[in-house]
Amino acid sequence: MATVLLPDSLARLFPGAPRKLDVDGENVFQIVEGLNSQWPGMRDRLLDGRPAIRRHIVIFVNNERATLDTGLSPADEVYIMPAMSGG
Amino acid sequence: MASKVGVLLGTKKGLFIAESDSSRKDWDLRGPFCEAWPVNHAAYDPASGAIFAAGLNAWFGPAVWKSTDLGETWTHSSEGLTYGEGADPLTAVWLIRPAGDLVYAGVEPAGLLASRDAGDTWEHLEGLRDHPTRPHWQPGGGGLMVHTMEVDPRDPKHLYIAISVAGVFESRDGGAIWAPRNDGIEFDFPTEVKEIANCAHHFEMDSEDPTVLFQQSHSGMFISRDGGANWAGVQNGLPSTFGFPAVAHPHRGGSFYIAPLNGDQVGRYMPDAAAAVYRTDDYGANWRALRNGLPQSGAYFGVLRQAMAADNLEPAGIYLGTSTGHLFASADEGETWTEPFNFLPTISSVEAFSTDV
Repeated sequence: MATVLLPDSLARLFPGAPRKLDVDGENVFQIVEGLNSQWPGMRDRLLDGRPAIRRHIVIFVNNERATLDTGLSPADEVYIMPAMSGG
Repeated sequence: MASKVGVLLGTKKGLFIAESDSSRKDWDLRGPFCEAWPVNHAAYDPASGAIFAAGLNAWFGPAVWKSTDLGETWTHSSEGLTYGEGADPLTAVWLIRPAGDLVYAGVEPAGLLASRDAGDTWEHLEGLRDHPTRPHWQPGGGGLMVHTMEVDPRDPKHLYIAISVAGVFESRDGGAIWAPRNDGIEFDFPTEVKEIANCAHHFEMDSEDPTVLFQQSHSGMFISRDGGANWAGVQNGLPSTFGFPAVAHPHRGGSFYIAPLNGDQVGRYMPDAAAAVYRTDDYGANWRALRNGLPQSGAYFGVLRQAMAADNLEPAGIYLGTSTGHLFASADEGETWTEPFNFLPTISSVEAFSTDV
């Protein structure tokens, strides 16, 4: 179990999705799968088909940049962010 | 019964819908839809009444958006929009093509997918990925993608697609086996495989005879009158051989519209900065400039490959979307033009549809 924070731009795509929630998972990939089971399609917004974290998405665990393999402890905080880019 | 006309405008900042009645004199605009994601292309499915939009978000990747109530509400899906685990990711959808029971999606890197459930899930048609010429395909300026498709109205398994840069391909079995169809295209770039020597920009099928295809290529305008087996240049009298869109008249055989630009190395804007659409009514033998109402000075805009379209009314309406966010509309087959909207984002695609009201 970890606390997951979603960006507004992502939550807005999935009606009813909160900005902060608890999700079961032993690593970041399982967290993404857990999000997808509650809001089908959210995995595709965060990962490409390889699967890999999309180029302009960053995921932090306790303020450190994470990969899909990064392991989690129950009190961990997972922060999903879109990169600051655009025009 | 009166008709309501809709024009789907895929832009860099979302999908817009321009609407009018059958007179097409006064226009309203709704949007931006799809969370203002860039929309490469959108299409209306006359069978189901659904609108599909190919969205590409810089952060969240590609998705196909869908509305079954003419844009009031939207859903999105990417389920199956993939080449599979371990493969290079599918990076963009560039084409949406409803056809009978299927909806096709042309994607980047170049491939074709189909949905059998009205856009909720997608499956890869693997014939293009396995094509023996694939290692020689080269990305154009916009990437390596399937961007154009036509379906033979006599046979839903008889398909044509275009790839930049690998040219036109034909399948007679619904997309399993493809054959290049580029003989006769004049292409002045070095290439190792002559059968795919074509930077096809766009093509459309004749409205009366499905064996007639008209193509705007990087290297000129070409027509095939034998189902793509052979192509011949038809550019006499045009100010330029370069441009992107090609549009078939919706009712009249042998009649096509193009929007020539000044050239690929000199800015890619309207020749002499004076805007004109050109129409042939005799399979490309002769062309006539249609410029009444279009700006005749300072027109330094481009028109992308999917950014010109016709409606199916009588007389036909023609719509031109520009890189500068202008929409030009003609309700009389291109003879005169108005400018319904002129401060939109860059227009990537234009598709027109009509519904009975």
